[in-house]
Amino acid sequence: MDLNDTPEQAAYRIQVREWLGEHREEAPPLRAPEGDEEAYLAARRTWQGKLAEGGLAGVVWPKELGGQGLGPIEQVIVNQEIGDAGVPGILDVIGVGMLGPTLIAHGSDEQKNRHLGPMLHGDEVWCQLFSEPAAGSDLAGVQSRAKLGDDGRWTLNGQKVWTTNAQFSSYGLLLARTDADVPKHKGLSMFIVDMNAPGVTTRGLRQISGEAEFNEVFFDDVVLEGDAVVGGVGNGWGTALTTLMFERLTIGLGSEGLGYRADRFAAPIAADPNARVDPDVRKRLGEIAADLLALRFTAYRTLTALQGGQIPGPESALAKVTTVNAAIAATDLIADVVGPEALDESSEWAYAISFLPGLKSAGGTEEILRNTVGERVLGLPPEPRLDKGIPFSELRAKERSATA
Amino acid sequence: MNLSLSDEQEFLREAARGALSRFDTIAAAREALEGGELPDLWPTASEAGWAGLLVCEEHGGAGLHPFDAMLVLVECGRVLAPVPLIGHLPASWLLDRGGYADIEAVASGAKRAVLVPAQPPSDLSDLWTWEAEAGKARVPAGDTTQVAHWVVDAPGAEVFVVVGPGGAVSVVEGASVESAARYDATRSLGHVSLVGGTSTRLDVDPADAANAWHLAQTLIAAESVGTVETCLEMAVAYAKERFTFGRAIGSYQAMKHQLVEILRVLENSRSLLYYAGWAGESKPEEFALAASAARSVSGRALDSATRINIAVHGGIGATWEHDGPLFFRRAQLSRRLLGGTGAATDRVAGELLSSAGA
Repeated sequence: MDLNDTPEQAAYRIQVREWLGEHREEAPPLRAPEGDEEAYLAARRTWQGKLAEGGLAGVVWPKELGGQGLGPIEQVIVNQEIGDAGVPGILDVIGVGMLGPTLIAHGSDEQKNRHLGPMLHGDEVWCQLFSEPAAGSDLAGVQSRAKLGDDGRWTLNGQKVWTTNAQFSSYGLLLARTDADVPKHKGLSMFIVDMNAPGVTTRGLRQISGEAEFNEVFFDDVVLEGDAVVGGVGNGWGTALTTLMFERLTIGLGSEGLGYRADRFAAPIAADPNARVDPDVRKRLGEIAADLLALRFTAYRTLTALQGGQIPGPESALAKVTTVNAAIAATDLIADVVGPEALDESSEWAYAISFLPGLKSAGGTEEILRNTVGERVLGLPPEPRLDKGIPFSELRAKERSATA
Repeated sequence: MNLSLSDEQEFLREAARGALSRFDTIAAAREALEGGELPDLWPTASEAGWAGLLVCEEHGGAGLHPFDAMLVLVECGRVLAPVPLIGHLPASWLLDRGGYADIEAVASGAKRAVLVPAQPPSDLSDLWTWEAEAGKARVPAGDTTQVAHWVVDAPGAEVFVVVGPGGAVSVVEGASVESAARYDATRSLGHVSLVGGTSTRLDVDPADAANAWHLAQTLIAAESVGTVETCLEMAVAYAKERFTFGRAIGSYQAMKHQLVEILRVLENSRSLLYYAGWAGESKPEEFALAASAARSVSGRALDSATRINIAVHGGIGATWEHDGPLFFRRAQLSRRLLGGTGAATDRVAGELLSSAGA
């Protein structure tokens, strides 16, 4: 059992560390200074470009497409070193981590040549346009509709939601229905959408904390060129699954970054002389901390599997369930110990307390994750489904009559 | 970064599974509840080299590490095999470090040793403590009565490695043991009276005595992980073959989510065995934290897995003829031994609060 780098990995780590040492001064701060968001975004884009030039972005992308052609372990080394250097990482994690790899797997040469470079360098940020108000867990139920015109161009109508970074994205990867008369997984296609095209409207969606971290995006008669389709008409579901696999990988490799660490949660309790000897507080802290310590080694196990050439399976979703619930329990305990002040905006904990209820649904709700793991890992049979083999248009008609 | 098992570790695990499969330990567990005889697995354990797993090679052992021992304990836990390693292995480790003269006999299994453990001091208490005869309270180690209660694997042991006041370690030969087997008949337990035995001081550091305690925590944690594995397999198999309302009960989310919950806590427990194994070998300053976390999470996993297993099986799962209750009995008693799961959880908190300074 060895947690150390191999000699090659150690050499790579030194190379990354040296680059960061030389360029640290050029990095923007970790968080935007109050009221200066525009300038901060610009600085983050520039910094992403520098990281890309230094070989610290797109680590796992193929060399011929501007990446480093390295493996996930090297990506983790880069993440760790960036974290240790106290500088921000790339701005467009969703683009470079999930959407770029989808284009690399399914896109045409023209699409790759046009988009991957500006994406990698932060010149054009991307967003993921999958979820809709009526299609989240049941993603294949998307209703955004793209119609093919006689001129070979598509007209897009519909709405997307929970779209991170849409407010400053140049492009989005969008899942739309192109044929409603076939069963729902079969009538989908993936498109590249210009976020500045006429008919695209982005609105911030404020959350419990009051901040708007994601958006809803509306499409009204947006015109898409024929070559906007990624991976072929009718193949949208398969293309989406590729993105979701990279989403799992991105989350799996970056989970340490959320800051939900046992030692951090222990600090405010240690500072309170009454709380630190209170048996109930200690029991709660001990249980939460033990779960979080487990996750550290779950991540190392995942890395071991990656190093052996395996892709993280659906079981990695269980780490997300543990993380979210442990973090909820931890911040709840801290609020009990610290009192009402923990909920003040100035408190270190208020943001997490407000953020965590939503995180339960993000990246797959806890219930859907448990279904997936139960079926794919434990081999349990699925629930009977009422939508199998039925054309999407019929499903919608049934739904309308049932709710009328 | 490499957490995969080495070829030797894979072999150790496979060999343990193979050796234990020669006995019907589950049937024996049920029979033992009604006075039946348990198979004597010590000859098997000695032959397989488990007795000397943690003794260095110069002294006739295998010179392996806590994680290797955990691999064997997982296999024991899978089939409720009554192999007295939780008592013997930490004792053998202390004897080896302390220069015990007859260590080769301990390593070969010719002499069976047992740790009479004391819970080391924490951030809240300076005392080394033993289990009390009754109740949750603990008593100072080596108190005036000279009887240590609820000692795991004490019956049948020859060499008693006793942790007393201040973490001082003595070797006692000729102690008397009153069997204290209870709810789980496969768990060897005894009250150990040191009166009349001959005691020799063993030259080890109190830090070693503390590590012996933590080692015992990791072993019972590993054993729990094995038991949880079996419960999950049993419950999943039944959920696939039992039909209600025209479909397998495992298709219902209400069932599926509970089964996945067992998998979730199992994976967390397993990850902490790696942590404890790694700390035991390479990061001694985190061994107390890692071992306690492993004990805490696997203890809770053991409770929920054995209960869910029974619930998934419905009423039949709660009957004498079913295997579910044997695993449940194991869980209920295990969770109260060696300080109990609760003390381990408290130590996780204590370790973190201490290192947070303040």
